[in-house]
Amino acid sequence: MIYAILRRFGQMLFVMFGISVIVFLIFFATPGSDPAARIAGRNASPEVLEAVRHNFGFDRPLYVQYGLMMKKIFVTGDLTSFVNRGWKVVPAVLDSIPVTLSLVFGAAVLWVVVSIIIGIVAAATRDSWVDKLLMALGLLGISMPVYWLGEVMNLITQSRYHDTWLFSWVPPLGYKNFSDDPKGWFLALVIPWVTLAILYIGIYGRVLRAAIIESMQEDYIRTARAKGLSETRILLRHALRTSLIAFVTLFGLDFGALVGGSALLTEVVFGLQGIGKLTYDALQSLDLPMIMATVMYASMFVVVANAIVDFVYILLDPRVRTS
Amino acid sequence: MIEKDRPILETRELSKRFSIGTRFSSQGRRTVHAVDNVSLTVQHGETVGLVGESGCGKSTLARCLVRLYDITDGQLLFEGDDITAKSLAELRPFRRRLQMVFQDPSASLNPRRRVGDLVAEPLRIHTKLSSREITKRVAELFDLVGLLPDHVMRYPHEFSGGQRQRVGIARAIALNPDLVVLDEPVSALDVSVQAQIVNLLADLQEKLKLTYIFIAHDLSVVRQVSTRIAVMYLGSIVEEGPAEELFATPAHPYSQALISAVPVVETTPSGQRRRIILTGDVPSPLNPPSGCRFHPRCPIAVDKCRVERPALTEHRSGRRIACHFPTLK
Amino acid sequence: MMLSVRDLRVSFRTHEGLVRAIDGVSFDLKEGEILGVVGESGSGKTVSLLAVMGLITDPNAVIEGSIRYRERELVGLPARELRRLRGSEIAMIFQDPMTALTPVYTIGWQIAEQIRAHKRISKSQALERVEELLAEVNFPNPREAMSRYPHQLSGGMRQRAVIAMALSCNPALLVADEPTTALDVTVQAGILDLVRKLRATHNSAVVFITHDMGVVSELADRVMVMYAGRVVERGSRTELFSDPQHPYTRALLGSIPPLTGEKPHRLPAIPGSPPSLLRLPEGCAFGPRCPVNYEPCRAGKPVLGDGNHAAACFRVQA
Ligand SMILES: Nc1ncnc2c1ncn2[C@@H]1O[C@H](COP(=O)(O)OP(=O)(O)O)[C@@H](O)[C@H]1O
Ligand SMILES: Nc1ncnc2c1ncn2[C@@H]1O[C@H](COP(=O)(O)OP(=O)(O)O)[C@@H](O)[C@H]1O
Ligand code: SF4
Ligand SMILES: [Mg+2]
Ligand SMILES: [Mg+2]
Repeated sequence: MIYAILRRFGQMLFVMFGISVIVFLIFFATPGSDPAARIAGRNASPEVLEAVRHNFGFDRPLYVQYGLMMKKIFVTGDLTSFVNRGWKVVPAVLDSIPVTLSLVFGAAVLWVVVSIIIGIVAAATRDSWVDKLLMALGLLGISMPVYWLGEVMNLITQSRYHDTWLFSWVPPLGYKNFSDDPKGWFLALVIPWVTLAILYIGIYGRVLRAAIIESMQEDYIRTARAKGLSETRILLRHALRTSLIAFVTLFGLDFGALVGGSALLTEVVFGLQGIGKLTYDALQSLDLPMIMATVMYASMFVVVANAIVDFVYILLDPRVRTS
Repeated sequence: MIEKDRPILETRELSKRFSIGTRFSSQGRRTVHAVDNVSLTVQHGETVGLVGESGCGKSTLARCLVRLYDITDGQLLFEGDDITAKSLAELRPFRRRLQMVFQDPSASLNPRRRVGDLVAEPLRIHTKLSSREITKRVAELFDLVGLLPDHVMRYPHEFSGGQRQRVGIARAIALNPDLVVLDEPVSALDVSVQAQIVNLLADLQEKLKLTYIFIAHDLSVVRQVSTRIAVMYLGSIVEEGPAEELFATPAHPYSQALISAVPVVETTPSGQRRRIILTGDVPSPLNPPSGCRFHPRCPIAVDKCRVERPALTEHRSGRRIACHFPTLK
Repeated sequence: MMLSVRDLRVSFRTHEGLVRAIDGVSFDLKEGEILGVVGESGSGKTVSLLAVMGLITDPNAVIEGSIRYRERELVGLPARELRRLRGSEIAMIFQDPMTALTPVYTIGWQIAEQIRAHKRISKSQALERVEELLAEVNFPNPREAMSRYPHQLSGGMRQRAVIAMALSCNPALLVADEPTTALDVTVQAGILDLVRKLRATHNSAVVFITHDMGVVSELADRVMVMYAGRVVERGSRTELFSDPQHPYTRALLGSIPPLTGEKPHRLPAIPGSPPSLLRLPEGCAFGPRCPVNYEPCRAGKPVLGDGNHAAACFRVQA
């Protein structure tokens, strides 16, 4: 077990190294373009260009440039944005991490809990009107674009019905630090959580229902019935448990991607300064140091999330433990 | 002209090993000793039966014999020609004389093609027959295996299991092979249909002068079709001999246990045969036991068996046994 | 009589029409008796016993007839009461030990689960009982085996675990659906031995399904031969094997190659293949394959007479 964890950790470092090299090469070693000019942004003065060139070591070999870059990101943390002069990139990324994590984590709790309930109820009442209704709602959730849904939510809770008792508690858009104001943190995030979770509730509820129904056809369910277990126990302890394996795989992928910046649209709609928003802005202004840093962060998170999924997988499925 | 006194197929210390896992998997890279040092000679016109518990390497050996697998060690000779390491192109002339029939007739037939097409396929690939000649040959083959002429237009799923296996056999004999390797050809069939296929195989052998290598886990079926039988355990042959003789007086403790375990219809309640029940499971071919590979389950094993591996030695003409203490009658 | 099945009919509504999987099956089982049920695949062996266990969950199934277990009618019994019987008084062993156990729980957990579903005992008491049971089905190291997952055991060992599970509540009736078909003969021999021993120690009645005539003849006290959803012959083991009556039984016995003695040049084979239940032939279902059929066979369906040894055949009854 310890060995497996260490090995996994080693693989993770290796993958991150690979990603950093690739990203570095794409942005800094593409022939025919001067990385210094790109880092400095449009209309930079020759002095700034010179400073950049020296600062990043562009007058030295590629591997030195790579080393300097990594040092700036991971060791000294003093990589600076050249678009917003003097803005330190690493603290900016670190500041936006809690925002994204709060958003995605809360939404994930919501969507996991709700979709498990929906999946179980739909599978248990399979083909009845309850099942059909739940699945139709799920499909609706999947087909609503997050951006549009977010705008509608804002319209309802921020302006149209803001003054009714129903939504008067909703604070203005924006993020509050958990450590400063736990209640404000929670209230500010409720609507974004719901918005982000709806899509995933739809997907996960449907996936889980299908997986449970498939498990219910397995021979071991027949054995469980022959043992005289109740239908509830069969569903929860035997069918659900084996169905969760597919569920967890999907969850790991989505969670990793969202934390890595895919919650972008939700962040933009609700004015949350998260990783997605940061990447979005950096791409808009071609802010290379910022892009480099966010991509590194995102890939790290996807890899970490995958590693966590693998561990949960091992816990859930004894078959992968020995082979 | 084929020399009749030369064996049609011969293996010399043939081994097949599989590597599983990678250096990075938890137990690292490991080797499955699926077939281990098998020397077997098959004469023209005979049927050699291979028996043994599942996982003992029968299918792997069969696939090595028709070179569906590359051979790890040892030699494979077809009518004296060494075909152990021949390339695909060099194998072409041998391929048509060496055919294989698989267990699951439905898995080995493409469900989207008409069975007439499926049987014609090897003819189109390996011969220069015109399409009229091919149609004629397919009709001939259908007649040979007991299918009706109008069956050519059907799809595999429109057939019963027994009929599908007939199609599989027609395909295998389309090119007039000399040797057919049959891997569990009747195991997936209903009891009442098995006998039909067994009879069909016997008829074809007589008509077409075929040589068979026949694998089945039903021992009485193997005895019925085979002239000679080789008993395998953990990748190796432990006993080999004429079919009826081997069944009447098995000499290796494993053959004895295997044959005694077959339930037979007793008409009188008192006629229970003495049964040897083996304890424990078949050891893993990843990590075969020392000495005689059967010793952990052998009822008569002694210290010598744990250390020294018995060689497959000839005891009487046509009877080879790999045991330090064979029961010789 | 412990189990008394009368005129059991099970049909499935399918796209292609009504499949009459079981078409009027009746049989009796005494306490402590082993009944062998033989027949080719599709003859209705599994469906008839799933019906007895109340385990047919297909909403398209129609079940008719009567199944009396110790004077209680099981057809139409509320699910709750049926569940109380299942696993405690009536236990079942299935064909494929590879898929019959839930892959994510240990053997010990799964057996204890069944015990605790029927008895009010503590977890540790249940686990003690599990250890005893595993020892009884000849696990060399029961304590260690309890913590194994199904995939860590060989097929034979899994089937033993399933048997231990079935025995956990001392069932009066054990239903075994081809428990050895997926196993090697060497492993099968051990399992058959075990079933015999258990009948002796627990005095359970056993219904043993198989397609192997050899297995029935070694194990069963009485035998029932099925073809296309009906019972074609019934009798004690000795009667059935020394004096088979129905042409199908005779033909089936004849087509088994002998293990000793002279080899026949050709096997006496049965022509054709078992009929589709959607398109059963007129009259006797075996008619088209029967070597001795004559006019009456096409006119009506032969019925199984009363008596200990009976065959559903016009020739035999004529
Ligand atoms: N492609 C393969 N890779 C790894 N192991 C294999 C492969 N094919 C077969 N084996 C192993 O080789 C052994 C012999 O298998 P097989 O020849 O299929 O046995 P049999 O046909 O007698 O049941 C088994 O332990 C099996 O797991
Ligand atoms: N759920 C079902 N729907 C339709 N047909 C079924 C269903 N279950 C079983 N059958 C049919 O019932 C017949 C009897 O099946 P079964 O009892 O499993 O046979 P056996 O166990 O003797 O091999 C088969 O023809 C099978 O196709
Ligand atoms: S060599 Fe020894 S262990 Fe092997 S089979 Fe013979 S007696 Fe048994
Ligand atoms: Mg095989
Ligand atoms: Mg069945």
